[in-house]
Amino acid sequence: MTALKSSLASPGMNPPPPPGASSKPVAAADERVGTTSWVKRFFGRPEFASISGAVLVFAFFVITAGDSGMFNLDGVVNWMQVASYLGIIAIGACLLMIAGEFDLSIGSMIGFAGMMIAIPTIYFHWPLWAAIVFAFAGSMALGWLNGYIVIKTRLPSFIVTLAFLFILRGLTLALSIMFANRTIVSGVGDLAAQDWLASLLFHGNVATGLFQWMGAHGWIAVLDDGSPLVKGVPKVIAWWLVLAAGAAFVLSRTRFGNWMFAVGGDANAAKNVGVPVRKVKISLFVFTAFCACLFATLQVCDVGSAAADRGMQKEFEAIIAAVIGGALLTGGYGSVVGACFGALIFGVVQIGITYTNINSDWFRVFLGVMLLIAVLFNNFVRSRVTEAR
Amino acid sequence: MSEHILALENVSKRFGSVLALQNITMRLREGEVHCLLGDNGAGKSTLIKTLAGVHKPTDGQYLVDGKPVVFNSPSEALDMGVATVYQDLALVPLLSVARNFFMGREPMKKLLGLVPVMDIDYAAETARDKLAEMGIMVRDPHQAIGTMSGGEKQCLAIARAIHFGARVLILDEPTAALGVKQSFNVLKLIYKARERGISVIFITHNVHHAYPVGDSFTLLNRGKSLGTFTKDTVSKDALLDMMAGGAEMQTLMSELDGVTI
Repeated sequence: MTALKSSLASPGMNPPPPPGASSKPVAAADERVGTTSWVKRFFGRPEFASISGAVLVFAFFVITAGDSGMFNLDGVVNWMQVASYLGIIAIGACLLMIAGEFDLSIGSMIGFAGMMIAIPTIYFHWPLWAAIVFAFAGSMALGWLNGYIVIKTRLPSFIVTLAFLFILRGLTLALSIMFANRTIVSGVGDLAAQDWLASLLFHGNVATGLFQWMGAHGWIAVLDDGSPLVKGVPKVIAWWLVLAAGAAFVLSRTRFGNWMFAVGGDANAAKNVGVPVRKVKISLFVFTAFCACLFATLQVCDVGSAAADRGMQKEFEAIIAAVIGGALLTGGYGSVVGACFGALIFGVVQIGITYTNINSDWFRVFLGVMLLIAVLFNNFVRSRVTEAR
Repeated sequence: MSEHILALENVSKRFGSVLALQNITMRLREGEVHCLLGDNGAGKSTLIKTLAGVHKPTDGQYLVDGKPVVFNSPSEALDMGVATVYQDLALVPLLSVARNFFMGREPMKKLLGLVPVMDIDYAAETARDKLAEMGIMVRDPHQAIGTMSGGEKQCLAIARAIHFGARVLILDEPTAALGVKQSFNVLKLIYKARERGISVIFITHNVHHAYPVGDSFTLLNRGKSLGTFTKDTVSKDALLDMMAGGAEMQTLMSELDGVTI
């Protein structure tokens, strides 16, 4: 998490250099400047709502389910895994939203990408790695098509990707019936453990040696045979953290990141100063599709099957996580770190609620309320940011 | 080197059957402020866009430094030092002052000697210094630009254009949306730009704003030029008359004089 923390300091607006850093006398000339404390500055940051929300949620579960095993290592891995899956697509959705566009086809893309892996592997006997490469290429091509149509027609991305939500879901169902005559294609699990690409990147855990070692020293719970109860960090968590750190870095520190904010904030202004608006938007549609395919690949390798209904409603969850994380629906503002905390809130609540006495039917109610509060709060933050201080 | 840094010779622009500009001739001398005056619908916008490289003239010649040019895009005009500041200023309200200043032309540095990243400290410092030169103290270059006033934003857009090598600055109605005091600041800004040797084309329909800072004036009416006048050959009232269509203005004045309440 250190990478995440260090990138906290950047997206959108950066904290000014420390007072001693600039020797320019002009800087200190305005007597109207009040010093803003870091607390105040934190209040004005896009990720404020999601971080404080996450703190509240943690506090709630520590109180209500603190002794239930939710915060044991296996419990933590459990909800972290849920948060990671969502986090991966939330990062894609967040960047795309910052650039001023939506992708409602994320969920359908997950189902479709899963089938692009499972059907060639099981029914055409492709090696798994080839099917995975095929799925990534196929998904990203579809992402490009989404973006291309949005840019060319100038239709709202909401409508274009809504169409793809149905097209891809329908195709997933129709093609899986056509090729496999069933809607669940299983048998990928064993192949994933043997395949070089899948076992290297998508199947199983990382840091297994470390966990073995910690188990041997009695620092973490072990099974009867001496092997640790939790074998390692599931690869999905590692992917999430790496992707989050990378995306946060690109967004806050690079030229491309600046362009994302620019095209989302005002595409016309960005175009007039020479930002390649089309290129930025289309490549983010492709990145979002990449995230959806990564989700699908990790899920197929982990669960061992693909199903036509996978990823149902995930597009909304991803957008909710991004919005809780401070992204504005109108674009030009948001934070990868915020979106990740939004996803974390999801994971903690969805799993945590089963550790409490609360009926898990309340999960959705909670989500809706959380979303509403976050949007109201973000509105307030935006008006603070754009009004004179 | 030609005496005129930028010139249009008998330029016409047609959109289908609409003749937006007819035989416009306009010459900008180096280091002068040239005001382009015209009422709504006079063809000012088309003329700006032709100068900026958005439109290509249907007929006639566009010369920069005395050489004919054909711009395929605004960025080609920019490369020749012809920068246009539009009314919307091409600023993104949610982005910081520093990021707006360098939007599309981000200063880069290598992180750890390897990874290309934006040099945000340099951007902030430069933006603050350049604005200070224009007489605007930025409280915090990392604050969103939405916090600035209209005049300050105009100033930022102009400072940005100058910083990126503008020799000719085309200002599209810079005072249209501003209050009295802020308009005055923008006029001062135009004067400062001229002092630094930058040639300015100042588009406006407000003669009271144009006359104090302008060296020469071109009047547009319904797509045609009514001629170019230097300041020593024309009075403010004469300009006002021409803009309102001379005789019409006289009649209007006399009608208004007769009004009693």
